[in-house]
Amino acid sequence: MTEEPRRETWPLWEVFVRSARGLSHVHAGSLHAPDAELAVRNARDLYTRRSEGVSIWVVPAAAITASDPDAKDAWFESPRGKDFRHATYYTASQAVPHL
Amino acid sequence: MPAEEPPTTASQEAARLAAFDSLIAADQRIEPTDWMPPAYRKALVRQMSQHAHSEIIGMQPEGNWITRAPSLKRKAILMAKVQDEAGHGLYLYSAAETLGTTRDEMLDALHSGKAKYSSIFNYLAPSWADMGSIGWLVDGAAIANQVPLCRASYGPYGRAMVRICKEESFHQRQGFEILLALMNGTDEQQAMAQESVNRWYAPALMMFGPPDAESPNSRQSMAWKIKRFSNDELRQRFVDMIVPQAEILGITLPDPDLRWNEERGHHDFGELDWAEFHAVLHGNGQANALRLAKRRAAHAEGEWVREAARAYAERTATSERMAS
Repeated sequence: MTEEPRRETWPLWEVFVRSARGLSHVHAGSLHAPDAELAVRNARDLYTRRSEGVSIWVVPAAAITASDPDAKDAWFESPRGKDFRHATYYTASQAVPHL
Repeated sequence: MPAEEPPTTASQEAARLAAFDSLIAADQRIEPTDWMPPAYRKALVRQMSQHAHSEIIGMQPEGNWITRAPSLKRKAILMAKVQDEAGHGLYLYSAAETLGTTRDEMLDALHSGKAKYSSIFNYLAPSWADMGSIGWLVDGAAIANQVPLCRASYGPYGRAMVRICKEESFHQRQGFEILLALMNGTDEQQAMAQESVNRWYAPALMMFGPPDAESPNSRQSMAWKIKRFSNDELRQRFVDMIVPQAEILGITLPDPDLRWNEERGHHDFGELDWAEFHAVLHGNGQANALRLAKRRAAHAEGEWVREAARAYAERTATSERMAS
C-alpha cells in the first residue's frame, strides 16, 4: 500500500435529503461530481426520482470529521451505568397519571 | 484504501477477528470503519462491483428499444427503467467505494474485461416481447436474489439494496404487463410472447448461479451472512413463483420436466445447460463483445464532458479564492 494515492476524476460528495417539511435531512448516499452545483443536480437525479425529497444538502466527503472508530468503546462509555437519564429508571411513580 | 495500519501482534489480530465474528454471529452489521478480514473485504468488493457493472451493462438491451417501443407511454416507462438501472449502478459503486476501492478502478476493471457482470446481459433482445420477458423473468430473478441482500451483513450494501428493491418492483410488473398485452392480442403477438419466453426462461434460471455443489464461494458468503440463501434455494423459490404467473399469462414455460411435486411441496424442473452458462460467462455469448464495446465507447465519448466539468470547477474555485 505504498503506491501514490489514487486520484479520482471527480471528488466524492455525501448527500442528505429532507423527505418532507418538518423533518431533518437524512443521509441518502454519496456520489461523484466536479463541483457543488453539479453535485446537487446529480443528487436530485440519483436520490429523488420518485419525489423522495423537498430539499437536498451535499457535503464534500473530505470535509466530514468523524469520531475515531477504534476508540468507540471508550468514547461512548459515559452513558453506561447512568440509567437515571431515562424516564424508565423511575418506577415508583409509574402508576401516577400524566407523569 | 484505508491508511496503513500499524503492525499488530498475533493476539491483537485474534481479538479483532473475534470481535468481527461476534458481530456477524449477533446478526449485527459491519460498517466501513470496522476492522474486517481482508477476504471479507475482497469478496464484497468483487460481488458489489460485479453487481454495479450488471446494472450499468443492463441498461443496454432496454436502451436499444426506447426509440422502437410501440407507444409514447411504453417509451417513457422504458426510459424510467433504464434511468433506474443507472441509478442502481451508482448506488452500488458508492457502496463499494466505502471498502477502499475507487470508482475509476472499478470502471477500469469493467472496461478491460477483467471484471464480470451478470451473463444474462450477453443475450440479445431482438423482439419487443423481450422487453416483457426481461422485466418479468430477468428482473423477477434479480428481485428474488436481491431481496435477501437487503439484510447483507455489510451495512452500505444492505442499505443500497433496500433502495434498489423498492424501485425494482415496478420493473417486473411492467414486464409482466407487456407480455399480458401481447397474450391478449393477435395470434402473431401471442406467438411473439411465447417465442421470447422460450429464449429467456433457462438463462433467467441460471442467473442464480451454479448449483450449490459447484459453488464454493457461496458457502463462505453465507457464513459471512452476505448471502442468506443458497443459489439452489433461490432458484427453487423463483420457479415456484413464476409457474402460477405463467398460467395467468397463458404462456407455457419451456421445460418438459416442470411439474408440481406434492411430496416436496415445490415444483420439479429440468436440468439446466451449465456448459452454456460457462461459455457465456467466459465471453462466448451472443453479445459479450457488443456490450463491452458499447460501454467502452460511451465512457470514451464522455471523457471530454468529465474533463470540461472538472476544469470548470477548478477555474471557478481559483477565481473565487482570488476574489476573496
